[in-house]
Amino acid sequence: MSDFHCWAADRIAGAVGSGEVTAETVARHFLERIDRLDDKVGAFLQVDTQGAIEQARAVDRDIAAGKPPGPMSGVPVGIKDNICTRGLPTTCASRILEGFVSPYDAEVVKRLRDAGAVILGKLNLDEFAMGSSCENSGLGRTVNPWDPDRVPGGSSGGSAAAVAAGLATITLGSDTGGSIRQPAALCGVVGLKPTYGRVSRFGLIAFASSLDQIGPFAMDISGVALTLSVLAGEDPQDSTCIAASVPDYLGTLEGSLEGKKIGIPREYFEFEMHAGISQCVERAAQVYRDLGVEVVEVPMPHTKHAIATYYLVANAEASSNLARYDGVHYGHRNQEAKELVEMSCRSRSEGFGDEVQRRIMLGTFALSSGYYDAYYLRALKVRQLIRQDFDAAFEQVDALLCPTSPIPAFRMGEKVEDPMQMYLCDIMTAPASLAGVPAISVPCGFVEEEGRSLPVGLHLVSRPFEEETLLGIARAFEVRYEGSGRMPAEVL
Amino acid sequence: MEYEVVVGLEVHAQLATRTKMFCGCPVRFGERPNSLVCPICLGLPGVLPVVNESAYHMSLRTAVALGCELASFTKFDRKNYYYPDLPKNYQISQYDLPFAEGGSVPISTPGGEKSIRLVRVHMEEDAGKLVHTPLGSLVDLNRAGTPLMEIVSEPDLSSPEEARSYLEELKRMLEYLEVCDCNMEEGSLRCDANLSVRPVGQKELGVKTEIKNMNSFSGVEKALTYEAGRQIRTLVAGGVIEQATLLWHEDREETSVMRTKEHAHDYRYFPEPDLSPIVLDAKKVEQIRGELPELPRTRWQRFQADYDLSEYDAEVLIRDRALADYFEDLAGRVGQGKLAANWVTNQVSAVLNERKIPVAECPVSSDRLSELLLRVDSGDLSKGMAGKVFDSMLGSDASLDQLIEKLGGGQISDPDTLRPLVEEVFGEQAKIVEDIRGGKDKAKNALFGKVMGKTRGRGNPEVVRGLIEELLASGS
Ligand SMILES: [Zn+2]
Repeated sequence: MSDFHCWAADRIAGAVGSGEVTAETVARHFLERIDRLDDKVGAFLQVDTQGAIEQARAVDRDIAAGKPPGPMSGVPVGIKDNICTRGLPTTCASRILEGFVSPYDAEVVKRLRDAGAVILGKLNLDEFAMGSSCENSGLGRTVNPWDPDRVPGGSSGGSAAAVAAGLATITLGSDTGGSIRQPAALCGVVGLKPTYGRVSRFGLIAFASSLDQIGPFAMDISGVALTLSVLAGEDPQDSTCIAASVPDYLGTLEGSLEGKKIGIPREYFEFEMHAGISQCVERAAQVYRDLGVEVVEVPMPHTKHAIATYYLVANAEASSNLARYDGVHYGHRNQEAKELVEMSCRSRSEGFGDEVQRRIMLGTFALSSGYYDAYYLRALKVRQLIRQDFDAAFEQVDALLCPTSPIPAFRMGEKVEDPMQMYLCDIMTAPASLAGVPAISVPCGFVEEEGRSLPVGLHLVSRPFEEETLLGIARAFEVRYEGSGRMPAEVL
Repeated sequence: MEYEVVVGLEVHAQLATRTKMFCGCPVRFGERPNSLVCPICLGLPGVLPVVNESAYHMSLRTAVALGCELASFTKFDRKNYYYPDLPKNYQISQYDLPFAEGGSVPISTPGGEKSIRLVRVHMEEDAGKLVHTPLGSLVDLNRAGTPLMEIVSEPDLSSPEEARSYLEELKRMLEYLEVCDCNMEEGSLRCDANLSVRPVGQKELGVKTEIKNMNSFSGVEKALTYEAGRQIRTLVAGGVIEQATLLWHEDREETSVMRTKEHAHDYRYFPEPDLSPIVLDAKKVEQIRGELPELPRTRWQRFQADYDLSEYDAEVLIRDRALADYFEDLAGRVGQGKLAANWVTNQVSAVLNERKIPVAECPVSSDRLSELLLRVDSGDLSKGMAGKVFDSMLGSDASLDQLIEKLGGGQISDPDTLRPLVEEVFGEQAKIVEDIRGGKDKAKNALFGKVMGKTRGRGNPEVVRGLIEELLASGS
């Protein structure tokens, strides 16, 4: 039996591209693993066995015919189920979109297909990407591969768990306030949130449009670097996607860190934090110092307002973005209602879960006449101050370093009844989302909890559109960290 | 107590773009329901809007022509409300930073020219429409996402007639600018009105009502007349006006209440995060300014001055830009403004109206008509004959000379050709000549008739009469 699930994405692409292995062999290997393991993990909402094999065969045919192989030839990928895929259901893990099939591919899906990637299926998430544990999914339950009693994080829990369990080489997630980075940290994989505007959002079902950004998960930095090279770049269908040149992220990974400076944002360490996590992060900082990188403290004075700001902005936008699910045009419709308003109200009440309804109400309130200035407008102003914190910090340093999550994976059900506790999961990640800057979570150690080893993520943040720098800095740590590439024993 | 009426209008003009505001679907009227749609204008999950460059260009062109102040920075906002013809349940519009503010529209009133100030002009997308059937309501989204421009006036209009003049003037401007088809029946031009009344001399405005669903210019005038009357009667009877939105019913010629103030919407406007703000390009504005056509009012004034036309004739000519172009071309060729104006407002307009065709499809081009008018001007053709020739031109491409020949030739004005005929008649009708010389002046007509008979009606009447006088005087 082969170990393709331990191969990096570029290794698979290279082997498939050269004809050393077929894409179909690789795809079958992953489909077999999904078949065997996903009952336990629950990462996938939909596995497209037939479609994956057909895509793989098409890749093999093209290569056999001598066509130049795409940069992700035969790489098995999973897609978070809030990203539209033609011919496969796209549900946002919500009953309101159960069975909905998008007539078009998201731009990122199109780019992956064009690059030769093989799409295995759709991955679980917190409903409409609202949550930090994947427990808000209306359609499935995903566990943390490191401890099945614990959450994988969220909202891209399925995407993180699938990579951690070796069920896909690359997965796509979306990050609004930490939805890629936090589950990456909790599942011990690499997760990248690119700069806002770096990757097209066309086909990503909106939660909070000014914050949402699609990004990749992989076992290692090279995987996210390769995928970013494929995903990034201008898209005329997305006005917020910037026309900036796209470097070869994979080719520039191994650069020197000479002259680089890393900042430690003091305020981030004032929050309550698991002791084992701060030790891991401190060790990571020491790795950089040992490399000759200057590590300095930087002030980020508005950090404490980030969570409040984030939830006001995100929920306000969500209340409008989710208005279209009214039972009139598509999705769930209540069949008993006698008139229009009743039909929409009942369809929405039945289709949306509690957390989504809570956020729609909060967001609607924040935009209401008489409250707009005090909530939404003020949040926009504070957002500007938070951006300025980052601008000022990046005048001094090339990257910021902190934990991705102040706590390791928590037990299922532990925070479900306390939304405020759940919201605090985003405390380290939301500021970078508000500022629109790129950020990555990289495995940097483990903490022991109740006899289980739970992964810890290192959060690195850099200047807008400087993913190259960010990935280079992350890579320098990765090669020096002995735990890189470690997978949970149960799924090996 | 005497009351005066205060009206402000909100006009929605559908921009004459090929495609919709935020997607590539074509904009067309009267197609099969839901045949002009795509994931974007259907509001499917995951789609994003992209601003139609040409819609923005047309909007700017309009604002420049209206003399608006252009915002150096403009953005789109979401207007949130639930309605089944609005696929996203929000409309992308502009709220606090419209792309243009101020400006004005000049109108003619019995008291002279009056300038109606504008509050703002902004861009937005249209909704779809509902079709109610006995089996239930159906949604047609062909219109959803059509680019609209909303032009909001100050409450500067003092009567339903002024409101109508304003609409007519605005319509003409939009047509001249080629930014809107201005077809009220098809909904490409729509108008809502705000109306209040107040005792003459009072400064504060009265409580206003908003009137919707007026589908023609005359409908607007009727609805405003009705509503002004209702408000005045209410006040005179000691009642109060309630702020409300009213629907005009053309068939019953009355309004009904659509919603009252308590049920006013909270649209929860906020900046559209899917679209980047637009920064004004000064060069683009200069280019637009340079490309502006002559506007209808300027042309109206120029026609009166340059061609010595009456206000009315000039007005009839400028109503349609193509007709005015036709006239100007004709007048230039003939060198006789009044003659050209007469023909365009009478014969040419009659043909266009009868056949319901645009000027471009007029069977007689201005070039061809000019040949005919030159003959009229030189006296070669009588008015009556020219009319006949024009009629035959409508159905034939034959040359002017051939047509005249076929109809029995042109007018004979040459005295040397006519003199022998007059002399002939004098010889034949000695008795009549005798009578005239004896003082029976009226008998000249009989003599004239005989001469015209000999020319088969082609003699130039003036020349013939001149020759008769000449011969009478010579006493031969
Ligand atoms: Zn469309």
